[in-house]
Parts: sequence; structure tokens; C-alpha cells
Amino acid sequence: MENTKIIVGLGSCGIAAGAKKVYDKFLSIQESGNLSFDLQKTSCIGMCYREPLVEVIDSNGSYMYGEIDENKASEIIEEHILKNTPIVDYVVKADTFKTDDNAFIDDQVKITLRNCGYIDPENIDEYEARDGYRAIKKIAGHQVSRLDVIQTIIDSGLRGRGGGGFPTGLKWKFANNNKAQEKYIICNADEGDPGAFMDRSVLEGDPHSVLEGMIIGAYAIEATGGVIYCRAEYPLAIVRLQIAIEQARKKGYLGNNILGIHGFNFDIYIKEGAGAFVCGEETALIASIEGERGMPRKRPPFPAASGLWKQPTNINNVETLANIPWIIINGAAEYAKYGTDRSKGTKVFALVGKIARSGLAEVPMGMSIRDVIFKIGGGIQNNKKFKAVQMGGPSGGCIPEHLLDTIVDYDSVNATGAIMGSGGMVVMDEDTCMINVAKFFLDFTEKESCGKCTFCRIGTKRMLEILTRITEGKGKEGDIEKLEELSYQIKDSSLCGLGQTAPNPVLTTIKYFRHEYEAHIHDKRCPAKVCTSLLTFEIIPDKCTGCTICAVKCPTDAIDGARKEVHFIREEDCIQCGTCFAKCRFDAIKVF
Amino acid sequence: MRITRINTNIGEIDQQKVDLSSIDSLIEKYKNKKGNMIPILQGVQEIYGYIPKDAFLKVSKETQLELSDMYGVATFYAQFRLKPAGKHVVKVCHGTACHVQNAKELTVALQDSLKVSDGETTDDGLFTLESVACLGCCSLAPVLMIGDETYGKLNGDKAIKIVRDIKRQESN
Repeated sequence: MENTKIIVGLGSCGIAAGAKKVYDKFLSIQESGNLSFDLQKTSCIGMCYREPLVEVIDSNGSYMYGEIDENKASEIIEEHILKNTPIVDYVVKADTFKTDDNAFIDDQVKITLRNCGYIDPENIDEYEARDGYRAIKKIAGHQVSRLDVIQTIIDSGLRGRGGGGFPTGLKWKFANNNKAQEKYIICNADEGDPGAFMDRSVLEGDPHSVLEGMIIGAYAIEATGGVIYCRAEYPLAIVRLQIAIEQARKKGYLGNNILGIHGFNFDIYIKEGAGAFVCGEETALIASIEGERGMPRKRPPFPAASGLWKQPTNINNVETLANIPWIIINGAAEYAKYGTDRSKGTKVFALVGKIARSGLAEVPMGMSIRDVIFKIGGGIQNNKKFKAVQMGGPSGGCIPEHLLDTIVDYDSVNATGAIMGSGGMVVMDEDTCMINVAKFFLDFTEKESCGKCTFCRIGTKRMLEILTRITEGKGKEGDIEKLEELSYQIKDSSLCGLGQTAPNPVLTTIKYFRHEYEAHIHDKRCPAKVCTSLLTFEIIPDKCTGCTICAVKCPTDAIDGARKEVHFIREEDCIQCGTCFAKCRFDAIKVF
Repeated sequence: MRITRINTNIGEIDQQKVDLSSIDSLIEKYKNKKGNMIPILQGVQEIYGYIPKDAFLKVSKETQLELSDMYGVATFYAQFRLKPAGKHVVKVCHGTACHVQNAKELTVALQDSLKVSDGETTDDGLFTLESVACLGCCSLAPVLMIGDETYGKLNGDKAIKIVRDIKRQESN
């Protein structure tokens, strides 16, 4: 019993689901002193749909328990720790037997997430114990040249995981070619894409892998300074990065003459983003670090020639950097073994929305979207029908059912009109209105447009107005064509990626769900019953109990009826807000 | 466009007097450093919870940062406030995953319960209600965040209960 370990997943998601209370429960039991077990922390394990997660490792191996609360924590102590009988019903993953949840795990290949959920992110020793900092030691020990490091990354086929998909090795090569006294490497941790959270998970769960990736990149391009630009919305990630940087400095991985490499002086500091989606764009991010408004600049000059403080600068995304140490240790060929011709390695996807098993899944490039959603993700919640999956966030698009066999690689996803983006997959079911979704993204890009380019600034506003009017039942003949025309103008006339891709959600929904637009415009009908202005509400007399809650909550007093008698909605006063439908506890409101 | 987020009448930005000496050390730390504008503004906001007009003036005077540049930056980024915020800022996530899982219900319920519109502060100064873009807890959608604490898998009633619980603690 001496060596039994209890490990609690304390990522942001886990904590939000109640993992801290579970940890405290174990801690209080441990402190009461009657039992001896090791209590440890780790971060996101990826199975977010089973949070809070607790792993117990005893002499028989590992048992991962899901959806644990304080009571179940006591049961685990009673049964598993004291009586040595694991509670099979709560186990989601085990070394010795299979569970239903194996479908989520078995097809995954963990490279980026290799340490997430396995180590205490606040303890550098645990990172080192799993090959941590071995890559940079290998480079130092074997005196691997800068160009050889770059060539390895080129050969691995690794492409930028932030969305652009530019070959990382080439990017390093360009930065290496530009000679200067000062050079910078920046980690883009401004994960602003709504619906994607893999960067947060890596930063919270394995911050050292990102630091090591940056250190290797700094060596390759001869960078003198490093900056991690992290969203302020990720407080836990920032704290863990600070701890990690401190530890790396103490161990000599950051500082002067790192690991004895003469003249290799490099340090990293964190810059907290102040909240602007456009800062994910390289030149806007640089402007933001320089203390200005995050507005994109004209390229060329590219950051590789003139970036931060007008010095050569290389910018990589969190996920990209986390892959680097693995590639250096295992070799380019081992990495390129996974994936397709032009997209190598693995990609982390955030499975969210109306999906049965939501969480982070890392799969080899080339797997079909269908397999990711139905095999790993377990299909749609509540046995509803799949309608679309949104990939690439506000820059991406909606992929319909007939394209589900598209494989995940940069080029195949681009061909659908969506983009790989940072890897968010927001799954939508039959109850999702595609016009509403397009409007949601346009509302986002319209707000986040920095205002520099006229077409992006005004064009997104006009498009949003048209979409709003369609969802309110005021759509006009020719609106669809107008949206398309504006879309192409915005794409052609914007300086940065935000504007160039902002119309994608609209274009893909028009392409694949034109009939929904037509139903809204011509028939004044919302097939998914989401756009309330287009709906009629009626009370079903047989089901109404006369509880009066609808009448009380109705903002326009459009519902009549005495207590314990059937109520009626006066159609002429109803504003279709849907409050009665939401509040009725007896399903007595019919919508059509 | 980002600038349209300003819905504040500059005249009424703040009437409260603040102790300006609290930012002396901050100014000292960042004075004459390149790229100091955002860290200074973040620091000022850390101290007061927002950026008071007098603080703008003082920083500008002592660091030679242009007032217009500072105002430009402060209104560009979502993080900065020009009005005092409530003691607890309730950030309701409206990212894609939360949107699909009906985040609107949380905002509507909280508006109803707190009797404020989105972006406003309650009369007792306890709560500010805000809509934010993704908080990165998509698998627990819909979520909201108060301070550094994130709450997931919510509906309107649960959201109201969280706020009520905090209110009860405050009154004790």
C-alpha cells in the first residue's frame, strides 16, 4: 500500500468540474494520517467529458476514475485503497481491462499531448523523467549544428499548428538566414479561436515542452530573446508558465551559455495579451508586444526579416513548439511516419458542441472527420441527427454530412471551404440553425475587426446586418447574392488573415445549406426552430396545468388564463421571445 | 469594429477620487522601457480595477506617453475598463461551443436576476455582467467565470444560484 498513488487532474476544466474539492478531500484523508498513499496533481487528461478525473496507480497498474465527486472519492478510499478492490463501475480507463471509453482513447496517437495528464506540470523533475530537456541536451552533447536542427524539422514535415500550416522548418530557415545582433522567437499563445482549447491544455499540462521547443528554436535561429504572448483569459496557464520558466532558469536551461553551448544566451518572458482576436495575426501580435494597438502591418517585410523591434523574429504556435523536442529525440522520419503526403504527424482536435464525448483528441493526420466525430467522439448527444461540424473557428467553415469522409489534413479540409485552423471541431445537430451560426461568427469578426481595412471594417458590418435581417424574417430577394458579393470583396481587399477569412462561415453555409437561407427568406420559416421571430407559439390545452409561470414570465403580458386553468397566448401581442417555451415545466408550449 | 465597444460618455467616466500615489512604483518600474504602455495600463487596472481619468493624465505626464495613444490602446483591447467595475465580474462565455449550448440563456437569466444589461454594474457595486469570447473550457459549455473561478455545465437557474450564493456570502 506504500506506493499507491492517487493523481487528480487539475486543469481549468477539471477545476471547473469540481476537481479541487476532490483533491482537498483526498488531502484531508491523507492528513488525517491513518492511511498512506501518495497524492499528486496533474493537468488536463483530455477526457473532458468525464471530469473530474482521478487516477489510482497500485501494484496492478493504473485505474482512471471518471466523474468523481467528494462522495465517490471516499468510496475510492474505502474500496480501492483499503480493500484493494477497484470500483469497476467508475473506471473509464484501466491497464487490465477495456471500458466503453476505450473508443475515445485507442485510436489516438499522443505526441503533442505526450505528457499531459501524466506529469505534475509544476514539477520540472517529472518532465525530465519523461525525456524532458533531453532534446536540447542531445543538441548540446552531440554539437548538432543549427542547420542540422532546421533540416530535421524540415524533414519531419511539421507545419504550423496555429492554422496557417506554413512549414515550421522553412520558417526557421528564413529567420536563420537573416543575420542580426538581436533576434526574437515568439510563442503565440493567444488562442483566441472560440471553440479551441488545446493550447491552454498544453500550457497548463506540459509548459516545459513549450519552453524546450522555444529553446531549440532559439538555438536554431540564433535568437537572443523569447516572448510568450499568452491570453489573460488563461490565468492558470500563465501561473504554470511562470513556475516553469523559474525552474528552467535554475537548472540552466535558460540563461547564458546554455548547457555549455558557447555564446548561446537566451531567456523567455511572458507577455499577457489584453484581449483582441486580431493579435493572433503575426504582425498585429508584434505591434501588441511593442505596446501599441494590435493592428496588422503590411508584409513584406515579413517578421523573419523585420519583426519585433524591427529585428528578425520567428513566431510559432504553442502546439507546434510542443512537438519540437519529440521530433529532435525521435527523429524526423519517426514523425513523418504519421500523416499524409503533405500533412505529417498528428493534430490535436478540440471536440466540442453537441458531441457525446467532448474533449481533446490527438489523431494522426489523414483520419476521416467521420472517424474523429463518431468513433472517437462517440457521435451526437442525445441520439440527435448530425448536421454539420464547424472547423477553423471564425476563419473556417461548416462541413456538412455528405463530406464527413473528408480526411483531416490541411489541403483536404481547405478544399471544403473550411480550414484546419487551430483544430476546433464544433459539432452541430439538427437543432442548430446554420444562419444563426453564420451570424454568430460574423458578429464576432465584426467586433474583432481592427478597423484598418475598409472592406473588413464596413463589409462585415453590412453582412451582419443582412444576416440579422434574415433571422428576423425580414430577408429580401437577392440577399444571398449580396452576401456572396460582399464576401468576395472582403476576401480580396483585406490586409490580414482576419478579413481574408471572415466571410468563410457565411460562404460555406450558403454553399452547403442554401435551402435554409431560402426557407428563412422566402417562406419566413426557420427549419431548426431557432430564430424565434419566425416561430409561432401555442399552448397545448391537454398539457397545460395552469401553473401561471408562463403568464408571469411573459414580458408583454400576452398570456391569459386563471390559476389551474388552461392558458392562451394572444398571438397579436406575442413577440416570439420564447420565454414561455423555456419556462414551461410541462412541455405544454408548441412551437411551429 | 473594436472601437465601437466604447459606449461610455467621457464626461461621466469617473467621479471617484483615487489615490494616485499607488501607481508611483509602477511608473518607476516601467518608465523609459520600450513597449511599456500595455503593462502600465494593465498595472493601473490591477490597482484600481479600471483606468481612472486622473491616472491617464498622471502616467502621460510622468512617462511622456501620449494621452491619445494611451486612450487608443485602452479602448482597443477588451481587457481595459474606463469605468469602475463591480467587486465580482461575471464573465459569461459566448464562444462557439457555449453559443451552440445556449449561452444566451445564462446572460438573459443573469440580466433578469441582477437587473442590469450586459456590460453594466449592479447598483450595490457587487457585480458587473459581461459577455466574453471563448474561455477555453468548451467541453463544459456553457460556462461562466467569476474571478479566477470557472463554472461549467450551467443553465439559467444554476447561473442565478452561483450569483446568489456569492451575494449571500458578501452580506455575512
